[in-house]
Amino acid sequence: MAKTHVNPTRMELTKLKKKLVTATRGHKLLKDKRDELMRQFLDLVRENKELREKVEDGIRAANKNFVLARAGMSNEVLNVALMAPKQEVFLQVDSKNVMSVDIPVFDYHTKTPDANDIYSYGFAFTSSDLDDSVKALHDIFPDMLKLAECEKACQLMAAEIEKTRRRVNALEHVMIPELRENIKYIVMKLDENERSTQIRLMKVKDMMLEQAHHYKERQESV
Amino acid sequence: MYKIAIMGDRDSIYGFAALGIATYPVSTKEEATKTLKHLAEGSYAVIYTTEALYSEILDEIEFYKSSLIPAIIPLPGVSGNNGIGIANVRKSVERAVGSDIIFNNEN
Repeated sequence: MAKTHVNPTRMELTKLKKKLVTATRGHKLLKDKRDELMRQFLDLVRENKELREKVEDGIRAANKNFVLARAGMSNEVLNVALMAPKQEVFLQVDSKNVMSVDIPVFDYHTKTPDANDIYSYGFAFTSSDLDDSVKALHDIFPDMLKLAECEKACQLMAAEIEKTRRRVNALEHVMIPELRENIKYIVMKLDENERSTQIRLMKVKDMMLEQAHHYKERQESV
Repeated sequence: MYKIAIMGDRDSIYGFAALGIATYPVSTKEEATKTLKHLAEGSYAVIYTTEALYSEILDEIEFYKSSLIPAIIPLPGVSGNNGIGIANVRKSVERAVGSDIIFNNEN
């Protein structure tokens, strides 16, 4: 029995059939979208995991050097050394469309092209551990940026996949069965109506013939 | 043209200044919330935070999760790694797939 009330009319039937066709097509498309998103997401998430492990290791190593540097220098010297950075990083943000999800693409360039500009201090009064740690951070920086890109993309795609999956499930398990049920209900009802009309007509014909020819009376008189 | 920022406790982040990343030392949660808002509305496309701070201001970060920028990324600080970064990756897998299929063979 249909869950919602539908008018058993031909017009409603045509409407529902059209809806069913759309729903089926939408379901197929969304399913394809979900599968493709999932494939790309899994690749991305593996990359994300690797990058994260790499970046975390790199930062851990850099931090180790920083601790050493701080131990070997006074706080003031360290502060002064890093007070006025020479280098500056600018980001160009583009977006890439992956299966209707906009994911960011970061492109960075530095203010000065010289790689040595990361050392914003003279080397006379600072410990070499500081140089090492700054270098370590500098080396890991491109990966950090890639990680940012990758992780954001993963978050956005995860949200989209969740949404698409819900839509697919709603279509597959709610919309389409309901439409089918309603269509079946209308078809049955219409058939039933047709049969009852047929029977009514046959009955009326019988009655009219009886009226015209008086079959029963004749039979009795014979 | 966008910039990159990092926020967290001072000891963890000051080295990044040498690379040309804007550093924002914060120590309290209130300060962090305010700074985050300020940065996100400013011209910062990537905001790194220390993991310790990240877990404190999760609610605020959630707000920016669905927008393209800023990308807010947790990094380990000097005090070590509390695993929230990798937990985040795991969470997004769980969200997308329904169950964790990338990490489940590791622990």
